[in-house]
Amino acid sequence: MSHSDTPKIALVGNPNSGKSSLFNHLTGLNQKIGNFPGVTVDKKTGYCKLDDHTRAKIIDLPGTYSIYPNSTDEKIVYDILGNKADPLHPDVVVVIVDASNFKRNLLLFTQIHDLNIPCILVLNMMDIVEKTGLAIDADKLSSELGVPVIPMKARQGKGIDVLKRALLENLEQHFHPIFNAYELAPDAIDAVKKTFSVNDDYVAYQMLQQYRINSFLTENEKNLIIDITEKHQFNRDELRRKETLERYAAINHFIDGAVKETFTQLPKRWTQKLDRVFTHKIWGYLIFLFILFMIFQSIFAWATVPMDLIDLTFSELSVYLKSQLPEGALTGLLTEGIIPGIGGIVIFIPQIAILFAFISILEETGYMSRVVFLMDKIMRKFGLNGKSVVPLISGVACAIPAIMATRTIENWKERLITIFVTPLMSCSARLPVYTILIALIIPEKTIGGIFNLQGLALMGMYLLGFVAAIVSALIMRLILKTKERSFLVMELPTYKMPRWKNVGLTMYEKSKTFVFEAGKIILAISIVLWVLASYGPGNKLENAEEIIAQTYSQENLSQEEFKNKIESFKLENSYAGIFGKAIEPVIMPLGYDWKIGIALITSFAAREVFVGTMATIYSIGNVEDESTIKNRMRNEVNPETGKKRYDFATGLSLLVFYAFAMQCMSTMAIVFRETNGWKWPLLQLFYMTGLAYVSALIIYQTLS
Amino acid sequence: MNLRSVADLTPGESGIINGFMDDTLSLKLLEMGCLPGQPIKFNFAAPLGDPICVSVAGYNLSLRLDEAITISIQ
Repeated sequence: MSHSDTPKIALVGNPNSGKSSLFNHLTGLNQKIGNFPGVTVDKKTGYCKLDDHTRAKIIDLPGTYSIYPNSTDEKIVYDILGNKADPLHPDVVVVIVDASNFKRNLLLFTQIHDLNIPCILVLNMMDIVEKTGLAIDADKLSSELGVPVIPMKARQGKGIDVLKRALLENLEQHFHPIFNAYELAPDAIDAVKKTFSVNDDYVAYQMLQQYRINSFLTENEKNLIIDITEKHQFNRDELRRKETLERYAAINHFIDGAVKETFTQLPKRWTQKLDRVFTHKIWGYLIFLFILFMIFQSIFAWATVPMDLIDLTFSELSVYLKSQLPEGALTGLLTEGIIPGIGGIVIFIPQIAILFAFISILEETGYMSRVVFLMDKIMRKFGLNGKSVVPLISGVACAIPAIMATRTIENWKERLITIFVTPLMSCSARLPVYTILIALIIPEKTIGGIFNLQGLALMGMYLLGFVAAIVSALIMRLILKTKERSFLVMELPTYKMPRWKNVGLTMYEKSKTFVFEAGKIILAISIVLWVLASYGPGNKLENAEEIIAQTYSQENLSQEEFKNKIESFKLENSYAGIFGKAIEPVIMPLGYDWKIGIALITSFAAREVFVGTMATIYSIGNVEDESTIKNRMRNEVNPETGKKRYDFATGLSLLVFYAFAMQCMSTMAIVFRETNGWKWPLLQLFYMTGLAYVSALIIYQTLS
Repeated sequence: MNLRSVADLTPGESGIINGFMDDTLSLKLLEMGCLPGQPIKFNFAAPLGDPICVSVAGYNLSLRLDEAITISIQ
């Protein structure tokens, strides 16, 4: 291959064809997740060493059944492959097909082949093919199709080396289109080829078919194409129907020569048996509920130990550094701002890793599409789609990938409702807030021998978020009107064992993305907060000791009490204290004081800042004391009542506030991008925060 | 019983696809391998009766009832 020093190779295939396994095998940890320019479709790229001299850039394109997209992220496939001007337009396309489901998978191959890009066909799942008694003659198929055909078992990594060698060879193929588009619409194709100086018939034909989604065409050029289609009576749907039928006829011809079907029935006994249980009237739903329950219990059971450990490590590190370093502003910033700030990021890793592990296992095994199947009828009643279940479940990890996952929903109204209600699902950023508040107000008891009461309370919080999401969807369904139809034509893949390597990579990638993306914000806010909490206007802070001594000169304060008075006086008169005090009248009815007010303000950028803020607020001037954030909050006293600050009423009101409020700038940014405007993110902000305020108000006023 | 559709099949029963009664949907169904002349088998329905799971072209596909009704069979 001599196209360039770093050839670009695109991976294309149907969903469930093993494309991501192949991508992981080729690139390993050497991959990057970004966005395709202008759209928020996940762009996975990576590098692969083909031999000692050649490094190739691998681009993983979204899984699709056809070059005609059904959903937003499938559009990317046509846009990149159909436009030679696209910077990601590949030198070679590797089309991976599930060989055990050969016919349907080959349709996409024939379409891409006709775009006249050098192709390699990978026949994946050869292990299943061998077991079923299907025999595929790869050499014969290769000579019929005119492209290299490589049998592969991507799960085991077999065939990867052969593919690498094939990629190094010169792929100057003798091109002969499988589907002759020119015969069907000669005049229109000639007109496009002339106007846009395009060489290939099928590329021109695709421009006529899909000019609307072609991002390389200007409005003017689109109008030119419309003129051509009208002039030459290019009937898009009719031609597309003919095209599909001709392609399948061609595929049947290829299969006749190269594939021997000696079996009578596909060996999907396991899938059949499992489906009988997983989609059973009663068992189906019970198992689904049980899996959800398991996820929450294990997050609580497995993540708390490493989390407490991280918490303790960072607070001890602060104490140690404070005792070793000379006193001063820089030491203060380090031990009271930066270290608790970093701790507030690292503490999330166990939960995020566990959550994404579960979600990735559900998707890998094929169970997720059964959930869609089970829930579709119920979800439709709420204006959603069975496919909304996937974003809603992913929303438990993070609303950002969840909102991106709504792109599989073809119907715009259903998709919009899903986007709107998904942030109400309790994401992992709320988890530390929940964990710490539940630990403060719910006793650590086991009921019925197995159920951890705190774990149940946590599940209750998730249920609350789900109910809020569902009810909000119902309201929106009644408000929004649309005539667009909704579809659920969806493959139910066979059950498979999860590929643990893929699960591990997902855990690693998501945790890494979180630490570096969210981490930046959290760290910055922690530092700003430390400055705001350590400095104030005028010279009140420097003279704190004198002022306190004067104020309390009549009373007999112990050393300890005196010191505490000074610290709280300092915080109260710092900039942060002043901001907190300013919003105190608004949040007082919810049971919050100005310290919680500070946390609320900082949380509006990202709610995960809550714990870090609490850590910073309660550690200002207080690091000597070794206790963790949790204990500091437990010991916090409401000066007016003399009782605990975090009593049941305040704790519950705070829990509900964090469950409902829109406190995530990144979510708003993604909703802005997905809905092309500020209308929906702003509506979301006001709706969710209003709901949070009213609910917290009702709870605190009833309970206190 | 001139015009039967996939929605009229009972669990376990098969039919041969004859044609489509919905133009927009048919483009998608064709690409998913539902071709005229191909056998299609009703496997089972979701617990609430809708959607349903059918076997076509060697794999399983889920369809809503109002989608299944647009596929006519012999």
